[in-house]
Amino acid sequence: MRKLTGAFMATLMATTVASADPVDDNLILNEETEIVTRTAAPAHLSDALDEVMSGWLFRGTETRAMQADDFDNPGMIFVEQAQEAWETAEGSEGKSCASCHNDMDSMAGVKATYPKWNEAAGEVRTLQMQVNDCRENRMGAEAWKYDKADAINMEAALASVSRGLPVNVAIDGPAQSTWELGKELYYTRTGQLELSCANCHEDNYGMMIRADHLSQGQINGFPVYRLKNTKLNGAHSRFKGCIRDTRAETYSPGSAEFIALELYVASRGNGLSVEGPSIRN
Amino acid sequence: MRISVISVAAMGLMASVAFAEEVLPTAVSFNDDGAVEQSLSGTAGDAANGRKIVGDKKQGNCVACHQVSDLADVPFQGEIGPMLDGAGERWSEAELRGIVANAKIMFEDSMMPSFYKTEGFIRPGNAYTGKAADDTFGPLLSAQQIEDVVAYLVTLKE
Ligand code: HEC
Ligand code: HEC
Ligand code: HEC
Repeated sequence: MRKLTGAFMATLMATTVASADPVDDNLILNEETEIVTRTAAPAHLSDALDEVMSGWLFRGTETRAMQADDFDNPGMIFVEQAQEAWETAEGSEGKSCASCHNDMDSMAGVKATYPKWNEAAGEVRTLQMQVNDCRENRMGAEAWKYDKADAINMEAALASVSRGLPVNVAIDGPAQSTWELGKELYYTRTGQLELSCANCHEDNYGMMIRADHLSQGQINGFPVYRLKNTKLNGAHSRFKGCIRDTRAETYSPGSAEFIALELYVASRGNGLSVEGPSIRN
Repeated sequence: MRISVISVAAMGLMASVAFAEEVLPTAVSFNDDGAVEQSLSGTAGDAANGRKIVGDKKQGNCVACHQVSDLADVPFQGEIGPMLDGAGERWSEAELRGIVANAKIMFEDSMMPSFYKTEGFIRPGNAYTGKAADDTFGPLLSAQQIEDVVAYLVTLKE
């Protein structure tokens, strides 16, 4: 019986894929920076996928165009706000980010390697954790709340100076056990609907699920400006929304589970360009 | 006279309640093919209501994954599962009941959710709140809703 349905589904897929497939389009940022939106899957993923694709390829013509020019990208307004924060002294030490790091441009390439193992702390850190470490331990300032405006704006600014560079997170060495945990979470079927990330984003990308065109659920474009809530959204918040939609008890942004999941999902996009802040529905 | 008529009606009602014994989600009996012969509610399904459940986002939301030509009025039908046109020809009523109650018995590892199941979930939530399930947790569809959906699927002939 399974076979019969399989054959039936194959014909169905052959007839519908054309309409829902990712588009054949190239993203050139501000008419100068070429963004890699599809590339060969990294070795650790080659059993599951041949090619990895940015969520950009699954969005409509207008949304894609909006992202190609910084003047049209509403996410860049938040990047400007973070640029101001970068230069503003805060905390007991009277220092700003710029006091130690000079121009934001000095951070080019950093976002592409996060989440990353921090040897001194003995933990895998997301970019937001690293920024908070600088705030708390070097500036004597309060930590920013996970995925909230201050933190997500700064993450977007740090992403913006890495755009066009390939995502390249390390998954071996001391980061490996965290990566394994993230992988396990990715393939676990949670909630009353018993759906895993892979059910939607590995087995069915390109398909419509109700009104939504499923992408591969990559995070190379994060933080993303969503037209739906007109602000920047963090990867952990997106994970939370997707898990909630399986009628499950979610994890919280900044939790150990989401740090691991971020490392794993980021590694699935190794080779794609950093794109954030990108624009999505 | 009056009194006795009422009591006869009341007795009839009691009798129908007694016979219409609901099969609990934990007690459904699937045969080797994953089909369920016995009605889950003991009351015949209402195909018209089943049609609503299949298309309604707040109920079955089957169209999130399936297309149904008969429901052309419902926008945004998904394409994860096979089209349901002709399902009533491909499958018997018992098979359809089994698929809707718990498709994973017939189709191993199916992506289709189990609509009449209450146990064995990982981190079950309280509907779409993201919070943990509480004591209001029940199957996705009630016994009667399953029967209504099955009654509707049986009518889908090509
Ligand atoms: C007093 C000095 C100082 C201040 C102020 C400071 N940082 Fe840092 N920052 C450092 C040092 C030193 C490191 C390297 C730490 C390490 O590798 O463990 C670092 C590392 C980082 C990194 C990681 C770089 C990498 O290659 O992995 C980021 C991102 C960062 N800082 C962002 C910020 C931001 C944003 C602010 C302001 C909110 C800030 N920093 C304020 C000293 C500072
Ligand atoms: C029931 C289906 C479903 C499941 C399960 C699911 N997602 Fe999603 N996800 C979606 C839909 C629909 C969207 C919006 C369209 C898109 O970008 O794919 C989305 C979007 C995303 C995005 C944004 C992609 C972008 O480019 O903007 C990420 C990242 C993501 N999901 C990750 C995950 C992860 C990680 C999991 C598991 C923890 C998961 N999803 C589980 C349906 C799902
Ligand atoms: C999240 C996706 C999803 C949802 C929601 C869903 N299904 Fe399915 N359904 C599937 C998939 C996938 C299959 C193919 C079986 C397999 O896994 O091989 C399937 C198979 C079926 C079949 C057998 C298909 C055939 O004709 O050969 C029927 C009947 C069916 N589903 C009915 C329903 C009904 C009724 C509902 C709602 C109460 C529903 N489905 C909800 C995904 C889904």
